[in-house]
Amino acid sequence: MKARVYVTLKPGVLDPQGRAIQHALENLGFGGVEGVRQGKFIELELADGTPRESIDEMCRKLLANTVIENFKVEVA
Amino acid sequence: MKSAVIVFPGSNCDRDLAVAIRDITGTAPTMVWHRETSLPEGVDLIALPGGFSYGDYLRSGAMSARSPVMAEVIAAATRGVAVLGVCNGFQVLTEAGLLPGALMRNAGLDFVCRDVQLTVANSQTMFSSRYDAGATITIPVAHHDGNYFADAETLDRLEGEGRVVFRYAEQVNGSARDIAGVVNAQGNVLGLMPHPERLIEAEQGGTDGRRMFEALLAALG
Repeated sequence: MKARVYVTLKPGVLDPQGRAIQHALENLGFGGVEGVRQGKFIELELADGTPRESIDEMCRKLLANTVIENFKVEVA
Repeated sequence: MKSAVIVFPGSNCDRDLAVAIRDITGTAPTMVWHRETSLPEGVDLIALPGGFSYGDYLRSGAMSARSPVMAEVIAAATRGVAVLGVCNGFQVLTEAGLLPGALMRNAGLDFVCRDVQLTVANSQTMFSSRYDAGATITIPVAHHDGNYFADAETLDRLEGEGRVVFRYAEQVNGSARDIAGVVNAQGNVLGLMPHPERLIEAEQGGTDGRRMFEALLAALG
């Protein structure tokens, strides 16, 4: 089985990299880009039957820093 | 004073830190590889050096904070052993949960490498007792991820409890409330982004870093 983990900055945490990406898009001539927030995508290859709680624990213990980041898990 | 410097793969200030400790305290530290599962018996000070441990993979300090030796560092810190984290060492301490907050990408996105002016916000810690309260000192920084972040409640608590030890006296990296260094509630774990070990001899352009090691020697013998 596969788990897809999306790690994003919490709302309210400034994202200077996102802002730089926004400016770069504007410089390339793309109009209407009103905001950019960047994050991480992590794909885990897991033994079948790995419990969801165990994946959440992986996120809390290592994949995300919950002081600044939220995570979302999709199991496929 | 018995000390240890932890060496992670990608640490690059471990020897500078060891030289500062040796020259100022008179005793060379034991260098401890991150895969060790014990620390030297009776260690008084554990120092976590600057560098780019694990190439800053995932987040700065994230991988190192889960190294085998860190379980021992956490246990020692809980017993009251002094722990000093400089730069990447500060990032490791926040990732390990020994200090609150997180160090994010610098607000200007640039790697900042220069001498900066700091204000001593608390001179009552074992790390800062040789500085005058409110004094302005010069210590170099060299980092990409030094932008200190914590929620407003945590920042208020840190300030209220005198746990902000050093503040930037100029704009450096966008840190919340200009925080450059914080101490834990017990007062025995300090993390700071500036590098005191880089300014300990007149030949290096100043000696403001010396007093941190002199303070530790005075406190720990």
